[in-house]
Amino acid sequence: MNALKNPRILGTLAVLLIIALTPVAFGDENYIMRVITVGLCSAIAVYGMNIILGFTGQLSLAQGGFFGIGAYTVGLLTTDFDWSFWQAFLVGVVGTSAIGYLFGLIALRTKDEYFAIFTMAIGFIIYLTISRWESVTHAHSGVNNVKFPEAGDLIDFSNPTAMFYLVFIILLACVYVTYAIRRSSVGRTLLTIRTSEDLADAIGVNVGLSKQLAFAASAFFGGIGGGLYASVVGFIGPDAATVDKTFEFLMFILVGGMGTVAGPLVGTMIVTFLFELFQDFQAYRFIVLGPIIIALVIFAPRGVVGYLGGFIDKRARKRRIGSARKDGSTPAGTPSSADAAGHRGAPADTITTTEEKK
Amino acid sequence: MTLFIQQLFNGVALGGVYCLAAIGLTLVFGVLRIPNLAHGSLYMLGAYVTYFFLTTVGVPYVAAIGIAALILFVLGVLLERLVFHPLRNSPHTHHMIAAIGAMFFFQAVAQAIWGADFRRMETPISGSLRILGAEISAQRIVIIVTAVVVLSLLTWFIKRSIHGQTIEAIEQDRTGSALVGINPAMVSMLTLGLSALLVTIAAGLVSPINLLSPTMGDSLNLKVFAIIILGGLGSLPGAIVGSFALAIAETMTSTYISSAVGEAVAFIVLVAVLAIKPTGLFAKAVQR
Repeated sequence: MNALKNPRILGTLAVLLIIALTPVAFGDENYIMRVITVGLCSAIAVYGMNIILGFTGQLSLAQGGFFGIGAYTVGLLTTDFDWSFWQAFLVGVVGTSAIGYLFGLIALRTKDEYFAIFTMAIGFIIYLTISRWESVTHAHSGVNNVKFPEAGDLIDFSNPTAMFYLVFIILLACVYVTYAIRRSSVGRTLLTIRTSEDLADAIGVNVGLSKQLAFAASAFFGGIGGGLYASVVGFIGPDAATVDKTFEFLMFILVGGMGTVAGPLVGTMIVTFLFELFQDFQAYRFIVLGPIIIALVIFAPRGVVGYLGGFIDKRARKRRIGSARKDGSTPAGTPSSADAAGHRGAPADTITTTEEKK
Repeated sequence: MTLFIQQLFNGVALGGVYCLAAIGLTLVFGVLRIPNLAHGSLYMLGAYVTYFFLTTVGVPYVAAIGIAALILFVLGVLLERLVFHPLRNSPHTHHMIAAIGAMFFFQAVAQAIWGADFRRMETPISGSLRILGAEISAQRIVIIVTAVVVLSLLTWFIKRSIHGQTIEAIEQDRTGSALVGINPAMVSMLTLGLSALLVTIAAGLVSPINLLSPTMGDSLNLKVFAIIILGGLGSLPGAIVGSFALAIAETMTSTYISSAVGEAVAFIVLVAVLAIKPTGLFAKAVQR
């Protein structure tokens, strides 16, 4: 009951509810359903990025590559090797996580800019492998007729609405995992690393292991997103694994809000909508979107959800101070929820506003 | 043997191009502490602007490169002022994201103006020379000579001239330089402008050999980053050594193994080196 009073959880639930109801509105329009379902697949991968970038503060640019590995594993196993979707999906997700873990062993020896560029190189190696290893991946001709998930006679997943709900349920699981991580000690550990790696090290956090797990988790989500994407779209080409894909994910998470629970989903949906809006301009859309990215980082680095979260915090604080005044007692030190705020912000914010109110 | 010498020259010429691109990038990192992910798209714009002046306007080759370099210098200064300067106190992930935004913007602009098709810049320098039995095209010799001249001039500029010395001073100690009256904002703009100018020269030189397209900067971007990471971010000698080493490794593996391996070799070397030494070969202590 208490949870339902929290505006953050309410907001997240509202967003999920709206998305859950889209088939009611657009159920007959295959194109729209497909765009939304593909968006949800990307959102799952973006949740992976949220863990490594949003929580842990490490800019990993290999996410597009992991997405591609997931997609290609499912694509190739279901077509060339005639596996069932679920088997291929399982292998794809486990395989992507394992590859992520292995790359992490090397990548996480590096820090900051080195880490970002190193992971970008990993992403590019994955892309090169996929686009050049013709005997296995069919290079530029891509993979056709990727299977839909099988469910006996129960559900027919070639129906866009059924596929939508499958992806949606998996997405729900990802949202819940993100929420659970945020509340757990693991999440706090990751946030500590984001705030200061040296500090985390000093207070006894196993920085190396935590980052390693966060990186593997991001690959895990990337694999899930990619595997589902292959099945939803039915055809995949090397552009499913490009570095540009990573940059797209980056824009999604930035618009939504890094390190928030609802951010990746909200961001993905908003930007997907913008992409569709600028559909006619195709490549020119970045003439508008490029400056928007820059403006967002400069003026609104906390994203839509981060910004709303800050707004909620401020109101809650005002109310608390107001009631404290009525009681005649001094306002209790507001425990700053550093969550929604980006790297700079919340704690300093709290102090200044409390002082002003006095 | 002839093939080997031929490829060695090709490798050195490619190394000259990488070097001009990598030096600018590593300078920018030294001064601004930003890995400028838009560097490759500046290279691409440099190539197109050179193409525009050479083919559409019809000025001579050298003048076209000169004008393009000046235009890109101004663009670099604007990029610093409008994008990186407002972000100077943000966490390091933010710069990189903004740079990616700039990169997409530049690519879209180039595509809007010149279209997505490949274009060929007619080589104004034709003919070839026979050295040790190998045919070396004159364009490649021009690249090597120009790279050496430009690098010498740059070294002179940074070590001897007052404006260049401010760049080195800021690299060594930002606060200290500000205390003795160097304006870090001015130096940042100068450095980004300079890096755009250098990468334009590289683009102008290599364009007659390669084709032009809005995405031509992407692979160069990644390779140049591999080079400066390899050499250690912010290290000039590291960038020079890394450029030639990677370029020669690339041409040799393309010739003797396969072109796919040639394309990937930069990253394989990068992974190998960072696995052993996570701060690059020539890293100096990075102060923040």
